[in-house]
Amino acid sequence: MTTLKMGRRVLLSAAVAAITIGAPAAFAGGHQVVDSIHFIIPGGAGGGWDGTARGTGEALTNAGLVGSASYENMSGGGGGKAIAYMIENADSNHGTLMVNSTPIVIRSLTGVFPQSFRDLTLVAGTIGDYAAMVVGKDSPINSMADLVAAYESDPSATAIGGGSVPGGMDHLVAAMTMEAAGKDALDVKYIPYDAGGKAMAALLSGEISALSTGFSEAVDLANAGEVKIIGVTSSERVSAAPDAKTMIEQGIDTTFVNWRGFFGSPGLPAEKLAQYQTALEKMYETPEWEAVRARNGWVNIHNNGDDFRIFLEAQEKVIGDLMKKLGFL
Amino acid sequence: MLEGLLIGLQTALSIKMLIVVIGGCLIGTFIGMLPGLGPMSIIAIMIPVAISMGDPAAALILLAGVYYGAIFGGSTSSILLNAPGVAGTVATSFDGYPMTQQGKAGKALTIAAIASFCGGTFSAILLMIFAPMLSSVALLFHSAEYFALMIVGLSAIAAFAGKGQVAKAILMTTIGLIMATVGEGALFNMPRFTMGIMDLQSGFGFITLAMAMFALPEALFLVLLPKTVGGSGNGAIKDLRISRSEARSIAPVIFRQSIQGFFIGVLPGAGATIASFLGYAVERNIAPKEEQKQFGKGSIKGLAAPETANNAACTGSFVPLLTLGIPGSGTTAILLGALIALNVSPGPRLMIDEPQIFWSVIISMYIGNLVLLVLNLPLIPYIAKVLSVPRNYLIPFIMFFTLMGAYIGQNNATELLLLVGFGVCATALKFANYPLAPLLIGFILGGMIEDNFSRSMQLYDGVAFIWERPMTLGLLMIAALLIVLPTWNSHRAQKNRPGKADGD
Repeated sequence: MTTLKMGRRVLLSAAVAAITIGAPAAFAGGHQVVDSIHFIIPGGAGGGWDGTARGTGEALTNAGLVGSASYENMSGGGGGKAIAYMIENADSNHGTLMVNSTPIVIRSLTGVFPQSFRDLTLVAGTIGDYAAMVVGKDSPINSMADLVAAYESDPSATAIGGGSVPGGMDHLVAAMTMEAAGKDALDVKYIPYDAGGKAMAALLSGEISALSTGFSEAVDLANAGEVKIIGVTSSERVSAAPDAKTMIEQGIDTTFVNWRGFFGSPGLPAEKLAQYQTALEKMYETPEWEAVRARNGWVNIHNNGDDFRIFLEAQEKVIGDLMKKLGFL
Repeated sequence: MLEGLLIGLQTALSIKMLIVVIGGCLIGTFIGMLPGLGPMSIIAIMIPVAISMGDPAAALILLAGVYYGAIFGGSTSSILLNAPGVAGTVATSFDGYPMTQQGKAGKALTIAAIASFCGGTFSAILLMIFAPMLSSVALLFHSAEYFALMIVGLSAIAAFAGKGQVAKAILMTTIGLIMATVGEGALFNMPRFTMGIMDLQSGFGFITLAMAMFALPEALFLVLLPKTVGGSGNGAIKDLRISRSEARSIAPVIFRQSIQGFFIGVLPGAGATIASFLGYAVERNIAPKEEQKQFGKGSIKGLAAPETANNAACTGSFVPLLTLGIPGSGTTAILLGALIALNVSPGPRLMIDEPQIFWSVIISMYIGNLVLLVLNLPLIPYIAKVLSVPRNYLIPFIMFFTLMGAYIGQNNATELLLLVGFGVCATALKFANYPLAPLLIGFILGGMIEDNFSRSMQLYDGVAFIWERPMTLGLLMIAALLIVLPTWNSHRAQKNRPGKADGD
């Protein structure tokens, strides 16, 4: 349910998850890298993690990089149950990959589970989504500068909403942005909703002034003219919405990627790890992956092994500092 | 509009689309009848099939057919087995199951089918005429109003607060509200009341609790007290028809609830569950006094109200989806995902850019509802026969589906332990004559009440929203009236006639 609370983002991928159920383990032959992969999904069927694992498995098997893929949903403890399983049964799980995303960093910081990404073998970060600040089409706010000005004139009437709990991803992005714009993140009024769709409805109804959400969730409504994206947390403009300015362009020095990636059990033999990494790396070149990626609107953000570690450590530091400041740690 | 209607008719009435809609309805009904499988999981299963058809209109019609079918079929397990598989059909079991116990299962299923049909059809007409204008209605409610609306929904418990039961009903509601706070709430980053148990992090599952409160105690009762529980076996099939006076008494209920349910469905934060509880509460309160006493004991009005309202609300939930591109419920969120995968972006441009999709979906709603009625009415005697299955076969069957339903949602064996644990407690409470429905109502509404209340508190820096927003104030006053007035009336009536206070 924790994953379900992420709302539309997750439910969108539910469709995708379902699409990939029973994907045939076609064997194209010739360039197979791994015999089989067993994916552990720390959330229920139909969540964002589920969609990522099944989509990746589908692309890998259809492209012939992996002989066969199997999937196991292991929800519980906000993902903690699956992590504990990977660690406790490390020796028998050399054939297993666990999918995870930004919340593993957030939840190990807040102590939802005692382990962190350091207790696992980092395979690769594969895809991601940028965050975006969004306002309604009739809003007088047209840029981050306008939002900051509105906030300065009446902080308590300028509420920013999001589809996550306080201290969750959408809140952290809002706080990070306002902090980088020179405001005190602690004073920003953040209103949480239990699903992205409900948060979007609240934005359109005028209950909140701005919405912190995933870029992919806002892009369709922005292209339909229902909302305006006033800032994206990417380093360069995203091709799906070329008019949406980045935060950096507007003088707010902040970037954020909600990544998704794969982890192995601790002590995974180097040879096995290399095989997984090769398979995932080769996957990006295949039309099968392109089909899955395009269908889901995912952005390729590939961080292999050590790069993944550096990326996660940097993210952990940024998020950790912010959460300390906000009083969540 | 007329032009669009014609395009829609043309698309929806082709042989291919008719097969699609009939197929979708059939699949939805049959899977929906199984306790524990709701529309969300059925739609998720059907999505690969829909996408492989390639044609967005056909895909959406198939999925919409499955959706209505599942809602239609979902009431069957509520009525026959007291095992609601979705929150939207919990209220259906309040009066549907007592009717089954009285040997009127056939009639209950007929009323449910007709109420569903009327609710679905009336609301499809409303959708067709008003959809473009309704996008603003969908955005009318803020968190404060949702909070007030859910308090109104909570007044449905009054139906279970009959003579001498007021304290028990309030107690059970409170337990339900408390149980809703377990786990990581939407407003707090920290797990609450999980006692360090990791599996409680996400709170209790709805299906688990619904099965534990309703289906499991029922099955256990059949085992423990085989003679005292109503012998519905043979009477089930005889009494299928609705008499003219019954039809006359439920007609206004169906009419009111079609409209009310539709508008509640349009609100992205409400949906079929709230619509069914509100429908039940409102109809009980405006019913004449003698009929009021029947609510919760097998009232046909009490069955028709939530059944009409939940179907109307399902149609209503297409308004924010089609006109704004905002999913109001888990099910419409999955539909949205499927649409995007087919390169259709729902939203204000849909009606202009792709009128054939927009209108053929609406037309398919009529056809779907008609198909469901034609399909279901002749099947009722056969479906009701489930009850004449000897108990020693029926009970394991119920147990199996109950346990499976609880497990399937989360793939988590802990749910099974919780189900059995709560099931045993619920059975004990049932022996002591505690009503179990208020607990489930409290549990379902509790989380939403808390979320919306604390959001409003944050937005207004306190409780000022109660008097600063007239609509919130109005709704809260209605809730107060709904809860206080009947109690006060019966209290006064008893005082005036001290001699026959216990007259029923």
